[in-house]
Amino acid sequence: MAEFRMPSLGSDMEAGTLLEWRVKPGDRVRRRDVIAVVETEKAAIEIEVYADGIVERLLVQPGEKVPVGTVMAIIRTEAEPDTPRPTASEPVSPPAPAKAATPEPMEIQFPAADRRIKASPYARRLAAHRGIDLGAVQGTGPGGAISAADIQRAVPSAPAEEKSRPVPAEDKPAEGPHTAMRRAIAAAMARSKREIPHAYFQTRIDMQRTLDWLAAENLKRPIQNRILPVVPLIRAVSLALEEVPELNGFWVEGRHRIAEAIHIGFVINLRQGGLIAPALLNTAQKGVDELMAGLRDLITRARSGGLRSSEMTEATITITNLGERGVETVFGIIYPPQVALVGFGKITDQPWCENGMLGIRPILTATLSADHRAVDGHRCALFLDALNRRLQEPSTL
Amino acid sequence: MKPKRTGKPEAAAVDRDHALHLLRAMTRIRRLEEKCAELYSAMKIRGFLHLYDGQEAVAVGVMQALTPEDAVVATYREHAHALIRGVSAGSILAEMYGKQEGCSRGRGGSMHLFDQETRFYGGNAIVGGGLPIAVGLALADKMQGRVRVTCCFFGEGAVAEGEFHESLNLAVLWQVPVLFVCENNLYAMGTALEFEHAVTDIARKAACYDLPSTAVDGMDVLAVETAAARAVAAVRAGEGPQFLECRTYRFRAHSMYDAELYRSKDEVRQWKKRGPIATFTQKMKRRGRLADADVKAIEGEVAREIEGAVAFAEACTWEPVEDATRFVYSEGRMP
Amino acid sequence: MIDGEQALRTITYREAVREALREALQKDERVFLMGEDVGRYGGCFAVSKGLLEAFGPERIRDTPLSESGFVGAGIGAALGGMRPIVEVMTVNFSLLCADQIINNAAVYLYMSGGQFNVPLVIRLATGGGRQLAAQHSRSLEGWYAHIPGIKILSPATVEDARGMLWTALQDPDPVLIFENSGLYNMEATLGADAGPVDIHQARVRRAGRDISIITYSASLYKALEAAETLAKEGIEAEVIDLRTLRPLDERTFLESVARTHRALIVDEGWRSGGISAEIASRIMEGAFYELDAPVARLCSQEAPMPYAKHMEDAVLPQAAGIVDLVRHMVNAHG
Repeated sequence: MAEFRMPSLGSDMEAGTLLEWRVKPGDRVRRRDVIAVVETEKAAIEIEVYADGIVERLLVQPGEKVPVGTVMAIIRTEAEPDTPRPTASEPVSPPAPAKAATPEPMEIQFPAADRRIKASPYARRLAAHRGIDLGAVQGTGPGGAISAADIQRAVPSAPAEEKSRPVPAEDKPAEGPHTAMRRAIAAAMARSKREIPHAYFQTRIDMQRTLDWLAAENLKRPIQNRILPVVPLIRAVSLALEEVPELNGFWVEGRHRIAEAIHIGFVINLRQGGLIAPALLNTAQKGVDELMAGLRDLITRARSGGLRSSEMTEATITITNLGERGVETVFGIIYPPQVALVGFGKITDQPWCENGMLGIRPILTATLSADHRAVDGHRCALFLDALNRRLQEPSTL
Repeated sequence: MKPKRTGKPEAAAVDRDHALHLLRAMTRIRRLEEKCAELYSAMKIRGFLHLYDGQEAVAVGVMQALTPEDAVVATYREHAHALIRGVSAGSILAEMYGKQEGCSRGRGGSMHLFDQETRFYGGNAIVGGGLPIAVGLALADKMQGRVRVTCCFFGEGAVAEGEFHESLNLAVLWQVPVLFVCENNLYAMGTALEFEHAVTDIARKAACYDLPSTAVDGMDVLAVETAAARAVAAVRAGEGPQFLECRTYRFRAHSMYDAELYRSKDEVRQWKKRGPIATFTQKMKRRGRLADADVKAIEGEVAREIEGAVAFAEACTWEPVEDATRFVYSEGRMP
Repeated sequence: MIDGEQALRTITYREAVREALREALQKDERVFLMGEDVGRYGGCFAVSKGLLEAFGPERIRDTPLSESGFVGAGIGAALGGMRPIVEVMTVNFSLLCADQIINNAAVYLYMSGGQFNVPLVIRLATGGGRQLAAQHSRSLEGWYAHIPGIKILSPATVEDARGMLWTALQDPDPVLIFENSGLYNMEATLGADAGPVDIHQARVRRAGRDISIITYSASLYKALEAAETLAKEGIEAEVIDLRTLRPLDERTFLESVARTHRALIVDEGWRSGGISAEIASRIMEGAFYELDAPVARLCSQEAPMPYAKHMEDAVLPQAAGIVDLVRHMVNAHG
């Protein structure tokens, strides 16, 4: 049996509301099939299943809001025969303890289908605070329950937790989805600034060659397939990351983990307010046309609420591009647990010296925010240098 | 010690002013209780409501012997005692309305009238529960060398409670200045005296604690007054506790409404013929102490008082609900 | 020699209570002691021995076996301006005067709309452990703590036995002081100037980081003993003596739980509907997000007290049981 749980689609997500099931009991599902749509503080997101099998039971009804980790469906994997379901009416109690004077509370055994991540309230609070996915923590308590010590083992160097008590539920004012997203962004950004020692780097890049190349390329394409200037930037970032892979990855459990694939989170501003940074997957393997198509699709789906869960969770680095808004320079805040964020400003014509000659060139200010726990300045400089180099040789993009 | 039986009341000694005074007092009680019944029906008063009709001679007669320094401990059928003790009809009614200007701030209702100024210690609605408190109040006076009396009213139902016996024993043992007044109205709620007590002579029970005890016709205000005066004088003189049984009858149901299955209408009719107000009025008229005009004048005066009390209660205000936990404990330290 | 050292002396819990009574009787002439066998007998537990000779039969007042009568008289005397200390020999007999305590003392102030406060102190011996069987071994402090309008004190230390009485006498409302009869012979060192103590705060009797053991009365010593054993295994238990069961000082134990993230309540009372349930609920309400393990309780087994020693020991919470439970809680949860 496999359990289909409410996924954590970001460190700031605590719960989600099931909007619809795309499957019904008895349906055959394959790994990565979208079987549900879930509303989070950020957007409506399609959720994939990670098991092959047959939908045995759906445990959550559309409209229900459940905490991350809640089992939402049971998937019978192919090899298993039909099994009778455990029922709630038959709890099994252990024999009474022989020892007198130490009465132990009755252990109620819950049916397997109702099992979810067991974690102490304190452990949950610590995990939420540190952005740790409880699903990834091995509990060592009774029945695999996760306690604070399990969380602390997961991140030994995490800062001391706050002493402030959470606001009781009844004190929380009713809030709309925008406020909820604002709170989610606030939580992630505040955590990032609190925990990540940001180091900032900036360079100015002559975009003349890239823009010339892009203009030439776009002449070959029908209007609807034309490539936006940001695409070569994404492509250049991907290639530069192959040279400096340390920036592509995560800081988790007190360790720096370099990601194998490059999935670039791209900050998309939502019309109703707020922002979202879904991932363009495997950008290193994709050419500019594929990237352009992917980006267009991603923006459309982000704004209409059709993002897939993997796109929400798998970004290995983030790009923020405020050029079209007229900003010249942006020093972004890293989206934890990633370790770097690349910022692009507006390309403006500026005086530029090259080989002793003064000219007017389209200049882009590129910045890098890096987690100094994971990488040092030297590697960051190499990255910006590689980025510049790629943009001076657009034919390699 | 044998209980005394009082002889003929000293009616001849009653002058016109005193006759007017007693009649006015009993009439005030009767009219207040009638108004309570009316207001209960109109749903202005809720909860339990125990009326005193028929027993007026007891409260009025006994209270004549008390001074303002004395203390009174009463039961849940205590509107009359509070009123005659000096608590205004307005604050009594306001209490039953549940208003904060009521004598117990609307916290007690009909069964729990309290008043510090007149040393009126309730309004005790656990049968027998007031007796030990009266012993304690008297003990405090004795220990502090104060000459004052604690007068404790209770019904014959309380006589079956352990607290009755414990309290009488303690009072005699410690010789404290308390007057026990048993208002024997023959029914403990719906159970008649003979179904409740092996020995139905209440005064005899008190006497076996060596407690000087007297039984008196509780329908005769002068008899009660005379007996109470003697008993209180003895208490004040330091002769220790005294016991007075007033044999009386309640005309109305135990509480506001009951089916009265436990007694016959004829019995009630017979007792009503002996009603304390009617008999006293006739007696005083025969002796030329009272005239019809006096009765009429008193009725008019009392009607105005009750009317004013109702108007007062209506105009009173509700305690804010935020105060629900005030006075669970004292506010601030003791003086 | 330092003055402080000269001033220190070792006295028993019993002597501490007696000293407190003597002091109160000396300081305030409105104070008197009343109860069964408090005078000529010297007190069932010899607490008031010698006081009759010192203060006379008016102020050290023997009563008949009339709990409701003399407790009610205490209420009346308090209303009449005295400061009575009523001794109900043991909590078991207080059921005979529960009417006076609960229906009168606890409600007079409220029922009279704030007019009549009852400055009464009732002392009661409590607790099991002396092979006195079902009718003489009850621990009903927590049960009384259910009642608004009265205050419930549970002095576990000699210092509190010495100091709580006077503070209780200064309180305008009824205060019940539960003295565990198993503690009367316990000795401790007090300063000669030992005197009144507060009656509204719990105390941390032993600091620790791993678990908060919340208890009161005689169980305090079982908890402290357990804590010493646990310390040898590297488990540091914080032990909290509630001292007052109503009003509960929840701040102290909630703060402790916020430090240790685990709580065990040890109570000689029964588990069902007991004060331990109340404390556990307060922890849920006030420190839920601090908890790293389910709140646990070690209470008396749900049975009347048996007579046989081994059975009585099995029914009451014991230090070994506390050790086992704490070990399980700390090891199983991290």
